[in-house]
Amino acid sequence: MNKTVNPKDLTSDDDVGPLYAARKKVYPQSVQGTFRRIKWGLMAFCLGVYYFLPFVRWNRGLGAPSQAVLIDLPNSRFYFFFIELWPQEVYYFTGLLIVAAVALFLMNSVGGRIWCGYLCPQTVWTDLFYAVERLIEGDRRERMKKDASTDPMKLERISEIVLKHSIWLLIAWWTGGAWVLYFNDAPTLVKELVTFQAPMIAYVWIGILTATTYVLAGYMREQVCTYMCPWPRIQAALTDEWALNVTYRYDRGEKRTSVKKAAELRALGEQVGDCVDCYQCVAVCPTGIDIRNGPQLECIQCGLCIDACDNVMAKIGRQKRLIGYDNDINIQRRQEGKAPIYRIVRPRTIAYSAIIAAVGGIMIYVLATRTLLDINVLHDRNPVAIKLSDGSIRNAYTARLLNKSGHDRVIAIDIDGPANATIHVVGADSVTPDRPMIVIPRDSTSELRLLVTAPAESNPEKSIPVHFHVTDIGLGEAASTIDNFVAP
Amino acid sequence: MTDHSEIDSVTGRATTGHEWDGIKELNTPLPRWWVICFYLTIVWSIGYWIVYPAWPLISSNTTGLFGYSSRADVAVELANLEKIRGDKMAALGAASLADIEKDPALLALARAKGKTVFGDNCAPCHGSGAAGAKGFPNLNDDDWLWGGTLDQIMQTIQFGARSGHAKTHEGQMLAFGKDGVLKPDEIVTVANYVRSLSGLSTRKGYDPAKGEKIFADNCVACHGDGGKGNQELGAPNLTDKIWLYGSDEATLIETISQGRAGVMPAWEGRLDPSTIKAMAVYVHSLGGGK
Repeated sequence: MNKTVNPKDLTSDDDVGPLYAARKKVYPQSVQGTFRRIKWGLMAFCLGVYYFLPFVRWNRGLGAPSQAVLIDLPNSRFYFFFIELWPQEVYYFTGLLIVAAVALFLMNSVGGRIWCGYLCPQTVWTDLFYAVERLIEGDRRERMKKDASTDPMKLERISEIVLKHSIWLLIAWWTGGAWVLYFNDAPTLVKELVTFQAPMIAYVWIGILTATTYVLAGYMREQVCTYMCPWPRIQAALTDEWALNVTYRYDRGEKRTSVKKAAELRALGEQVGDCVDCYQCVAVCPTGIDIRNGPQLECIQCGLCIDACDNVMAKIGRQKRLIGYDNDINIQRRQEGKAPIYRIVRPRTIAYSAIIAAVGGIMIYVLATRTLLDINVLHDRNPVAIKLSDGSIRNAYTARLLNKSGHDRVIAIDIDGPANATIHVVGADSVTPDRPMIVIPRDSTSELRLLVTAPAESNPEKSIPVHFHVTDIGLGEAASTIDNFVAP
Repeated sequence: MTDHSEIDSVTGRATTGHEWDGIKELNTPLPRWWVICFYLTIVWSIGYWIVYPAWPLISSNTTGLFGYSSRADVAVELANLEKIRGDKMAALGAASLADIEKDPALLALARAKGKTVFGDNCAPCHGSGAAGAKGFPNLNDDDWLWGGTLDQIMQTIQFGARSGHAKTHEGQMLAFGKDGVLKPDEIVTVANYVRSLSGLSTRKGYDPAKGEKIFADNCVACHGDGGKGNQELGAPNLTDKIWLYGSDEATLIETISQGRAGVMPAWEGRLDPSTIKAMAVYVHSLGGGK
């Protein structure tokens, strides 16, 4: 942490100061209160979703995977409940990323770094690891004492350390394990993993994620937020003066004095602050900062200092929320004797909400009107057109037919182009020469070579449009596309 | 060294002594682990320079300790690819030509294989899209000198035309002018007659009866009655819209006078049988195949 350097500690012959700073280990104290409860709740929710989602089943019919959320890399499919995405529909993810980014901006403009404080995986897992540490080694003071102790290790202490790291590794291992379950049928993979039948890559990924979870949540902790994460820097540029941030209300808190002295001064009718300099807000902070120094890059705005301060205020009989979600405008207004104002609805939040609604709406619309049969056509460029011996003109096309449904289809191909033009599909000539029919297997694409021939008398002078229609002759489902017919 | 550092009065922290437009830079050092990581990457890079090929010399480069080369990697990958494809190519070799066209998977494989091999071996003459050029047949159209069925195409690829192979297609367009069989005016007349066969305009004052007679006496043997051609001999159909060397009078006069004997090489022995099969299927699927 960037601690304030005492001027006395600096040596004058040191030109630019030290090249590096040693980490000051943070020992957050346990705390109880509203925000702690919200954090527990969200942690349980996030971890629950992450660990158990792969086991949720979803019936898609015979032959299709029955896992609700599955990233099927070998077959290039992504399943999300009722949605099945193909590689060419990867733009849905673009939409999803846009929504996610703007949702982050919206959260940020309403309540600051809500993401950082409550939802970010780094926060969630670090919080979990702290909880384990606290359970085994005790709270802040105990941990500090144990770490500072120079006594030789006793069996009790050694077993504590071993137990802590074992549980950490267990959590980390389960985290890595849950990750790979998203890429394969979960129950099958669990069985394979246990019997050492799973593919090597699964073990490698579990290893990688076990290691990253253990190191990031066990050791790096707040340093990830301070040194590695770009969001604090970006966030500072996106926030505005109305955003509610975890704020020390210095208008109320200053000037700081002890409880006893404050009572004496108040009795004399003097103006003193509510802050009693108990340092509880610092003790509970997972990033080890003092919120009373104002907004800081290291602050993840988890609200634990609010709980800590509220508990103290309750004890000394002062009003709660000396630290609370607020902004500098209101501090200014209160100092001027005006009532604070809170503006959640303002141009910025409206704009963000509108973007989310628009992109979300488009995505829902596109998903709802998504077809399960599709055709893409590409005109041959070399050569673009061929003259046949009887003087007719032929154009060749490469067509890609997509059957996204769970059953095989028999489809017929018709064209609507130059007068009396005929279509021929290479490989399908023997059955139906005038209206070619082709079987496309379920959940697959077929590439076909289409030859369109216009008789000599209807040779077009210039390039004219030609429509390709594919029809599922069983279900009547149809799709069309358009290209051009070119004369040499 | 002079001391540039001073204490920033607002934060109480040391500055680096750097100042821009009145803004001073606080000295915010990196954590130790971060700096160690940075040094480790430097050490890593030095190791990398030594272990792997890295430094360019004047005409070569340092080869590294393990003799690693990305070319060797590619060779291994290619060998693996051949191994993976071995089964499929064997299936292609085992299937009959007609069966390949009926099986979508084999058809796709044959077309893909055929296309690459065509690009490597056939494109110099027939063009990358097989559209041909003067003297080199267009393989997309439906006019075939030696026949356009799958078997006929495969035979032509295997043995070629006038290639010197024992089983090659034989057939010559004789040089009627050079060899003194026809007189120049007769050649002009028969050239115009040939143009008339496919509905092209003829020269003023040309005698159709005389042309027909010359054609019947000299050309019918190969090109057949009415000039419909003969694929046994590779004699082109003279009544259609497709001309290998051109249909204008001057070209026809040249063809009749000098003769034509284009050569298609034999590919048997140069390409393995399943590749030739794939080629035949590819050429057939271009659209001209019968």
